[in-house]
Amino acid sequence: MLPIDYATLRLLWWAFLGILLIGFAVTDGFDLGAAILAPFVARNDTERRIVLNAIGPVWEGNQVWFILGGGAAFAAWPPLYAVSFSGFYLAMFLVLAALILRPVAIAFRGKLEAAGWRRAWDWAFFVSGLVPALIFGVAFGNLFLGVPFRFDDTLRVSYEGGLFGLLNPWALLCGVVSVAMLTMHGASWLALKSDDAVAQRSRSVARWAAIVLIVLFTVAGLWLAYAVPGYVIHGAVNTDAPSNPLNKTVVREAGAWLRHYGNHPWLAAVPGLTYLGAAAVAILARGKEKLAAFLASAVAVAAIVATAGISLFPFLLPSSLDPNSSLTVWDASSSQATLGIMLVATLIFLPIIIAYTGFVFRVMRGPVTGAAIEQRRHELY
Amino acid sequence: MPSIDVVDLSRLQFALTALYHFLFVPLTLGLSLLLAIMESVFVMTGRPVWREMVKFWGTLFGINVAMGVATGITMEFQFGTNWAYYSHYVGDIFGAPLAIEGLMAFFLEATFIGLFFFGWDRLSSLGHLIVTWLVAIGSNLSALWILIANAWMQHPVGAHFDPATMRMELSSFYKVVFNPVAQAKIVHTVSAGYVVGSMFVMSISALYLLRGRHRELAKRSLTVAASFGLASALSVVVLGDESGYMAGLNQQMKIAAIEAMWQTEKPPASFTVFGLPDAKTETTHFAIRVPWVLGLIATRSLDTPIPGIKQLVAAAEQHIKSGLVGYGDLVKLRAAHATTVPPDMRGPLGDLGYALLLKRIRPDIEHATPAQIDAAALSTVPDVPVLFWAFRVMVGFGFYFILLFAIAFYLASRRMLDQRWFLRLALWSLPLPWLAAELGWIVAEYGRQPWIIDGVLPTFLGASTEPVADLWFSLFGFVLFYSTLAVVDVYLMVKYVRLGPPPEAPGAPLRAALAADGN
Repeated sequence: MLPIDYATLRLLWWAFLGILLIGFAVTDGFDLGAAILAPFVARNDTERRIVLNAIGPVWEGNQVWFILGGGAAFAAWPPLYAVSFSGFYLAMFLVLAALILRPVAIAFRGKLEAAGWRRAWDWAFFVSGLVPALIFGVAFGNLFLGVPFRFDDTLRVSYEGGLFGLLNPWALLCGVVSVAMLTMHGASWLALKSDDAVAQRSRSVARWAAIVLIVLFTVAGLWLAYAVPGYVIHGAVNTDAPSNPLNKTVVREAGAWLRHYGNHPWLAAVPGLTYLGAAAVAILARGKEKLAAFLASAVAVAAIVATAGISLFPFLLPSSLDPNSSLTVWDASSSQATLGIMLVATLIFLPIIIAYTGFVFRVMRGPVTGAAIEQRRHELY
Repeated sequence: MPSIDVVDLSRLQFALTALYHFLFVPLTLGLSLLLAIMESVFVMTGRPVWREMVKFWGTLFGINVAMGVATGITMEFQFGTNWAYYSHYVGDIFGAPLAIEGLMAFFLEATFIGLFFFGWDRLSSLGHLIVTWLVAIGSNLSALWILIANAWMQHPVGAHFDPATMRMELSSFYKVVFNPVAQAKIVHTVSAGYVVGSMFVMSISALYLLRGRHRELAKRSLTVAASFGLASALSVVVLGDESGYMAGLNQQMKIAAIEAMWQTEKPPASFTVFGLPDAKTETTHFAIRVPWVLGLIATRSLDTPIPGIKQLVAAAEQHIKSGLVGYGDLVKLRAAHATTVPPDMRGPLGDLGYALLLKRIRPDIEHATPAQIDAAALSTVPDVPVLFWAFRVMVGFGFYFILLFAIAFYLASRRMLDQRWFLRLALWSLPLPWLAAELGWIVAEYGRQPWIIDGVLPTFLGASTEPVADLWFSLFGFVLFYSTLAVVDVYLMVKYVRLGPPPEAPGAPLRAALAADGN
């Protein structure tokens, strides 16, 4: 057994869940963004193929961050995995359908020459980027409002309200923030990985998306401060107790989602990085430092995910129906044994993953050119 | 509790999406390794035809992998969407191998698959060979961890029930990983994937030889597939037998149902080759039995009895009675907010799952009548006729594959591959390994019923509490969506098989173009 206490393990696993989500948003985020952008920055077949091949060698590995996020939630936060995916049942079905469509659209489009075939897969590719980007944002928005679920005394979960309950103005704003963020990120990637017309259009999209993101992020922050009451655990919290979400009392308080930033002003650096990153994208997008612009975009994306996680802490999934059923870091984890074993596995494999992912990105560096696409019509996507 | 409609629709959806996913998985397992073997030959001999083979089969591999990855996403999340109580109840154990699969295997496979397709001109030939092997190793490791998770559903070791969290928790990760059922399952399933990959390569090569096209590529491919296929087909059957032995030890009801063995026989038990099992009268009509064989397979001895279905139902009844004591203890423990279980309560609490079978009959199970306990005990018997026949057809195919690959191997070694009867047989055998693999899963999972975790949690309790309408929507959605994709996938496969390998492009202009990329 590891010499680490239960509370620390829970904190570490909260951080790992965040790292996996950030890994997903920063890597696969640009794939989703590129899919959203494809109809706008690529206007003929060769340009469409430049977009596809700009993400071609890496999107599949990138997507594993999402799969692993699901697996890690299952292993480390079983109630979170159970409640969130069954609670967002139809929304999750739409995300799955989109993510199933994506590999097929990327791999199958270039396999036949017919214009109708390619046009159909172009649509599929666009939808496969937009739907997850929007729904992930909407889902995150609903975390702040609380989701209408409750546990019975055998810890079986039940819900009230369905897909349309999720589509409220605040959650839709979060959805649009997510789309703006991934559009900026995808555009920064395409600016880096393509040439000529596609790159030019992408750079200008990146700039505008960054500006829109700054505005929307500010609106969301103000909305959160004044119009979305937060959740707070009432009374003392036993951070070492067995994971049973029914053993606490939770109350709602106006402005509580931003209380951490008041108590620990240095935490404001995290949302601050969002502004810094997005502003850098807006400035650098037009210049020569394309890699720097992409990295700035990555910082902004990571900071937005981190801001959401920190604001919610220690909540993972608050319940609006029965706040005491809310899932928190202290009562929704796996056992100490499982968290310990999974920590060891993660400490071994995560650095290896990052190393070989870096290797693949390095091997495939450099822009995808129209000339290369024309030369290798049958080999590339 | 979820309604029975929700449970049945969730089961149907899981079965359909899992069986569909497993149309692509075994081909990925087999073909990735065949590609690695072919590319190794290319690197060792330097003959371009071997690289042409890797590229051609690699294109078909790419079409298949896209579908495998796409349908695998559903599997990773479906436990959460449709089996929320299951996820809560056993996530502490079951989630770990799934997460490690992502960390150790799927990441490796998915990251290097991009380099496999895009890295030909950016890596040395040795470098690319290593990439291909990493893809093959990644997909095989992936199967390993998924099957460890699956084996735990069949034979849940290394875990205990915790009354404070109302779920199963991990006691020994070592026991979960080295679960004897997992060991047998992994080799059996992975070998089945190799048979699928070998048959795929052999059948398509046979088609080319029949039509007199791409002879150099087809002959070499067929030879590789014949040798690899023979070894794999032998391994499937031999280790399938090991799997049977493990089932005999650890999943007695499953093996009794597969054999339609209603009564315990005097050891060593006979194997029923043919018969018509009748669940109502609990007899098998027109049975043709081979003495000793089952006893030898399932117990590796001449004197160990294999319990029959009626005896196992009687044993289940005792477990239910003990489980009801455990259920009473649990109510007391929870009222006292106990975090540990006193030693004398551990036995009955271990049978809690059996008591939960009664929940299908009445919610207040502590008041169950003896007749209701009998009914619950009887519900532990899976669907005997389906298991009986699914198993026999699968085994029949298994022996047929050994024969077919042995013939192929003989003809290939004698350089007599142009026998048209053989080529036709090889071509028409193409769908059979898929059929065998799907039947294998039906035996394994349908044979596990009524349990979602054998002896621990009944399937009907594992489902999420969703509105029935949502289930109909998602089920129809999946059927429609997956059917469309299946049509597209088969269309593309056929199209690319017809096209065949592209004429070997002169290397020089290609390399020049890439050099201009600024690479």
